[in-house]
Amino acid sequence: MADQQSDKHTDDRIDLSVDLGYGKVLPNPLMTASGCAANGAELHRFFDVSQLGAFVTKSVMADPRSGRGTPRMAETPSGMLNSIGLQGPGIAAFVDTDLPWLASVGARVLPSIAGSSSTEFAHVAATLRASRAFAAVVGVEVNISCPNVANRGLVFACDPGASAKVIALVREQLPRDVPIFAKLSPDVTDITSIAAACVKAGADGLTMINTLLGMVIDTDLMRPHLGGITGGLSGPAIRPVAVRAIWQVRQAMAEGRIPVVPIIGVGGVRTGRDALELVAAGASAVQVGTATFNDPTAPVRVLHELTDLLVEKGYQRFSDVVGAAHGSPLPPRPVPVDERSRA
Amino acid sequence: MSSPPARARVAKEVAEVIATRRVGAYQHLTLVSPEIAELARPGQFVALAVGDESSATLLRRSFSIHKVSPSGTYGGTVEIVVSAVGPGTRWIVARAPHDLVDVVGPLGKAFPVPTEPVPCVLVGGGYGSAPLFWLASQLRERGCHVEMVLGAASEDRLFGVVEARRSCDGVTVTTDDGSAGHRGWVSDVLPDLIDRTGAGVVYGCGPMGMLRSITDIAGRHGAVAQVAVEEAMACGVGVCMTCVMPVVGADGQTRMVRSCVEGPVFRGDRVRWDAFDGNHARVPDDAVGAPRTGGH
Ligand SMILES: Cc1cc2nc3c(=O)[nH]c(=O)nc-3n(C[C@H](O)[C@H](O)[C@H](O)COP(=O)(O)OP(=O)(O)OC[C@H]3O[C@@H](n4cnc5c(N)ncnc54)[C@H](O)[C@@H]3O)c2cc1C
Ligand SMILES: Cc1cc2nc3c(=O)[nH]c(=O)nc-3n(C[C@H](O)[C@H](O)[C@H](O)COP(=O)(O)O)c2cc1C
Ligand code: FES
Repeated sequence: MADQQSDKHTDDRIDLSVDLGYGKVLPNPLMTASGCAANGAELHRFFDVSQLGAFVTKSVMADPRSGRGTPRMAETPSGMLNSIGLQGPGIAAFVDTDLPWLASVGARVLPSIAGSSSTEFAHVAATLRASRAFAAVVGVEVNISCPNVANRGLVFACDPGASAKVIALVREQLPRDVPIFAKLSPDVTDITSIAAACVKAGADGLTMINTLLGMVIDTDLMRPHLGGITGGLSGPAIRPVAVRAIWQVRQAMAEGRIPVVPIIGVGGVRTGRDALELVAAGASAVQVGTATFNDPTAPVRVLHELTDLLVEKGYQRFSDVVGAAHGSPLPPRPVPVDERSRA
Repeated sequence: MSSPPARARVAKEVAEVIATRRVGAYQHLTLVSPEIAELARPGQFVALAVGDESSATLLRRSFSIHKVSPSGTYGGTVEIVVSAVGPGTRWIVARAPHDLVDVVGPLGKAFPVPTEPVPCVLVGGGYGSAPLFWLASQLRERGCHVEMVLGAASEDRLFGVVEARRSCDGVTVTTDDGSAGHRGWVSDVLPDLIDRTGAGVVYGCGPMGMLRSITDIAGRHGAVAQVAVEEAMACGVGVCMTCVMPVVGADGQTRMVRSCVEGPVFRGDRVRWDAFDGNHARVPDDAVGAPRTGGH
C-alpha cells in the first residue's frame, strides 16, 4: 500500500511546497503531531513516513522518563484527555536509535524537545545537534507547554519571560540554518503576547496549539478518572480553538505587533477540509494528531484530501491559500541575512 | 547501531459483517477481513472503529481474535466475541449482516508456544476464553496435552464450553453462582489441574485479578504463566503511550511498556502486579525514569 502512494507526496497539479525559512523547503505541508505518532516505526507499517512534509517526533527530554501511572486517557465527545507525563527514552537513546531510523527511511524530521528547566532544554538541543543523523532534521519544535520545575510546575508557555528564556537558550545551541518552532499552549489570556515573546527571543516559527487542560470525573468511583487527575484535551472538539489562536497571531503579524514568521497549525484536524480551515486562518503547515488514533493513515489521507480540495478550488500554489481568510496579504517577510548573501 | 525492532505487518480493512449471533451474554461476529485473517496468530487482537468517518467516538475498540479462516467461502474471515458494556461495544453488537466496519489488525504479540510438547492449561474468564480455542488447536498439533478451565460469574457469561470439549483433552467449568460446573473461581481448581497434568505452561485471558492469581498459582506449582492483559487503549498501534503497564524486562528493570505492541501477552511473573489497584497502575519507584520526589 505504501508503495503505491510513495510518489504522491508531491503533486503535478499544484505546488504544495512549504518554506520553513533558511532554505528548509518541505515538499508538502502535512506533518504528524508530537506524541501522536511515536517516532515513526509504528506508522511506517501503514504508510511511508517520508511522504509527509515532515515527521514530528514525541517530545524528548534529557533522561529516560516513565511518565505517569494509569489510566492515562479518557474519551470525551469528539476528543480525548491524555495524561502521559512525557514518557520517553531520553535524548541519548533518541539520537542513537530513533533519529537514525527516521533518516534511514528518508523522512524529514522535526524533533520535538522538552525540559523541566531552561537548561534542560538547552542540553537536549545540544545533544540533538551532535547527532550523526542531524542532517535529517529540518527544524526543531520546542514544546514549551510543559511544567517548569523552578516555577512550581507552571508551564513555560503561560509566562512570556520563561518562554523567551527557553527559546533564546535553544536558539544558541542550534545552527542558524535550522529553524526552531515554539509550540504554544492555548491556555493563556493572550496568546499573541506569548507568541511575540518567543519570536523576539529567536523563534523562527510557531506551532499552535498544544492540548487544553481538562478533567473527567468517574461518577461510579466519585474520583478523578485520570491517574494524573487533569489531562490535555485534543481531537476535533478543540479545532475551533486552534483556528482562533492561529487567526489571532496571524492578525497580530499583519498589524506589525509580531514579526512575520511561519505558523504550523495543529488541533482537531481529521480531514482535508479541517486542514484547509487552519491554513486559511494563517497556518503554513498542518499537523494531524488525535485523528491518527482513529485512522492510522490519517496524516497521508489528510494530505491527499487537502490536495484534491485545493485543486478543485482552482489553486496552483499552496502558499496562496495561507491566511486567505484574512482577505489582506501579510507584510513581506524580512529576508534573513544568510539567505540574502546566498542569493 | 541499534535500530527499532522490525514490526510485524498489519492491515486496515473495511470489513463486511457476514454473520452475527447471540451466544449467552455475548455477540459473536464474523467479519470478511482477508488480510488480517492471513496474518493473525492466537493472542493477537483487532481494533474496530465505532461509527463512520465523522463519528464523535474517535477511539477504536479492541477485541481478541477468536478465530480466523484464511480461505472461507467469502474470502478470509475474522471472528470476535463482544460483550456490550458501553456505547462503543453496544454500537458494535448492533451491526447487522452486510454492514461494514473498519478494522485494524492483527495487533500485538501472540501467545508464545512451547517448542517441546509440554502439557498446558488454558484458563479463560468470561469472554477471555475467546482466543484460547484457536491456541488449543495449535498446541495439540504440536503434541501438547491441553486442558481448559472456563470461569465466569454465571452460566450465560461462559463462552465456548462446547467448543472447548471439541478442541481440548479436558475441560473444567466454574461459575461464581454455581449455575454451571463447580461453584467458585478458576483459582479453586487450577492448582490440582496443574499438578495432575504436570503442566509446564498456563495460558490465561480474562480480568486482571484473575490473571494475577493464575500467575501466583502457576509460580507455586512450577509452571510458567502467559497472560493476555486488557488495558484502556487509545490507538492500539503503539503511538499514544496510554496503554502502558509496569513490566520487568529481560535486564531485570521495570519499565512502563505499551501493552498494545509489547503485549497484550506477557509472562505473568514479569508483570508488576504489586503496582495495580483496581483499574489504576502506579509507576513503581524502582521503574526506569520513575518520578523523583518533587520532580515530574
Ligand atoms: C487487547 C484487548 C482485547 C480485548 N478483547 C475483548 C474481547 O474479546 N471481547 C470483549 O467484549 N471485549 C474485549 N476487550 C475490551 C473492550 O475493548 C472494551 O470493553 C471496550 O473498549 C469498551 O468500549 P465501550 O465504549 O463499550 O465502553 P466504555 O466503558 O464506555 O469505554 C470508554 C473508553 O474506555 C475504554 N475501555 C473501557 N473498558 C475497556 C477495557 N476493558 N479494555 C480496554 N479499553 C477499555 C474504551 O476503549 C473507551 O475508550 C479487549 C480489550 C483489549 C485491550
Ligand atoms: C496522547 C497525546 C500525547 C501528546 N504528546 C505531546 C508531546 O509529547 N509533545 C507535544 O508538544 N504535544 C503533545 N501532544 C499534543 C499534540 O501534539 C497536539 O498539539 C494536540 O493533541 C492537538 O492536536 P490534535 O487535536 O490533532 O490531537 C499530545 C497529544 C496527545 C493526544
Ligand atoms: S494504545 Fe496507543 S500506544 Fe498502546
